[in-house]
Amino acid sequence: MIEVKNLYKGFNDVEVLKGISADFEAGKTNLIIGQSGSGKTVFLKSLIGLHIPEKGTISFDGRVNTQLTIEERRQLRQEIGMVFQGSALFDSQTVEDNVIFPLKMFTKQSKSEMLERANTVLKRVDLENSNKKFITELSGGMQKRVAIARAIVMNPKYLFCDEPNSGLDPQTAIIIDNLIQEITEEYQITTVINTHDMNSVMEIGEKIIFLKDGKKAWEGSSKEIFKTDNEAIVNFVYSSNLFKKVREAYLNETK
Amino acid sequence: MNYFEHTGKYFMMLKQVFRKPQRARVFREALSREIEELGLKSLGIVMFISFFIGGVIALQTALNLDSPLIPKTMIGFAAKRSIILEFAPTFCSIILAGKVGSYITSSIGTMRVTEQIDALEVMGINSLNYLVLPKIIATVLFYPFLIILGMVLGIFGGWIAGDLSGLFTGVDYIEGLQAEFDPYLIQYALIKTLVFAFLIATVPSYHGYYVKGGSIGVGKASTQAVVWTTVLIVIANYLLTQMLLT
Repeated sequence: MIEVKNLYKGFNDVEVLKGISADFEAGKTNLIIGQSGSGKTVFLKSLIGLHIPEKGTISFDGRVNTQLTIEERRQLRQEIGMVFQGSALFDSQTVEDNVIFPLKMFTKQSKSEMLERANTVLKRVDLENSNKKFITELSGGMQKRVAIARAIVMNPKYLFCDEPNSGLDPQTAIIIDNLIQEITEEYQITTVINTHDMNSVMEIGEKIIFLKDGKKAWEGSSKEIFKTDNEAIVNFVYSSNLFKKVREAYLNETK
Repeated sequence: MNYFEHTGKYFMMLKQVFRKPQRARVFREALSREIEELGLKSLGIVMFISFFIGGVIALQTALNLDSPLIPKTMIGFAAKRSIILEFAPTFCSIILAGKVGSYITSSIGTMRVTEQIDALEVMGINSLNYLVLPKIIATVLFYPFLIILGMVLGIFGGWIAGDLSGLFTGVDYIEGLQAEFDPYLIQYALIKTLVFAFLIATVPSYHGYYVKGGSIGVGKASTQAVVWTTVLIVIANYLLTQMLLT
């Protein structure tokens, strides 16, 4: 479980995060949604330690970020898997080398053990026959799956995904969403996904946090999002006619 | 950002770079990759340029020392001095600053803009140590050999040029090479090479690591890296000459 308390972060006198508090539960897909510029990415990067918050704490199963030694922080980072928006794979390496990389850095496994583990996670993301392919030879969806495989190869406790289905076609986006949700349940990982894809919100949003102007404006589940009359989130989620109709249909059905 | 801030940030970067590598096996792999990329792949250009510039130095010296009072052996002597003292260590390093410097900045810069460096950091890897230390070790280990090769080929180029042009004989040239040979000059050239190699690895790494903006930013950073590496090599050359030879 990740507990965030009163998080503040700014850049050059511009305050981006203004006292965000939130809990992310283990074994659930937690979504952070919000408009562009609402602070989603800064929030996610603060959670994974790429930005140092000015105020507030982040607790990973009781381990508070501000109280950790360098060694403890390094240890914690090995428990974190991250899927970046642009995948952030090492493009000069093959799929197999990318997936093996964290194992090479942090375990004393033999080459055959590492290969076995890499094959297991690649099979899990349906990329069994791509070990020797270079990243540039893969489609966007396949790259995302390699990024997921790399993120879970160390059996992380926490999985963070920044816009995991941006730039993907709707069908592939659903496959990636489902894959993340399945992995989250299977390994009981605390997963935090940063997205503004409303399909993801409806499909896999077990817990949703809506950010507006650097503050938490709403919190709930994908079912609650249909019923809420919070003006900010209604304006954001139901800005398209399609989702308006989906909401109306849902509300009529549940009357 | 002013020059002082850049200088401070550069030394802060070095502090992170000079840490114990997290995995010796990974470091060895990275080192051998960098020796190939930064060293072996520069052999061709250094050999080619050294040979021809050595020839030009010998020809120019021969054409300018046309007084009958000056012995022909002076051509070999002057060519040797020019090549060992300045051409091989300084000129070759400036060429390497262009070739290798732009490669280092663009490769690290691209990793920055595509979030590959963030990915390393999230994994708990000291990205500066992982990316920059092998480059420093590779250049500092390999460039002395490269520069010695440049010296040998430059001097050989001078000999061939004399032979082909008929401006001086091989015997005179070799006699000049052997005259007043001071091994300290080689030492001086190698000390300079080590300093230049360090600059060639670290200054472009700094520009690549802290790049801002997308592909245009990487392009600009590459240009800046080459310019600043060259400027620093020239300044270091002056300071080292002052310290070691005067």
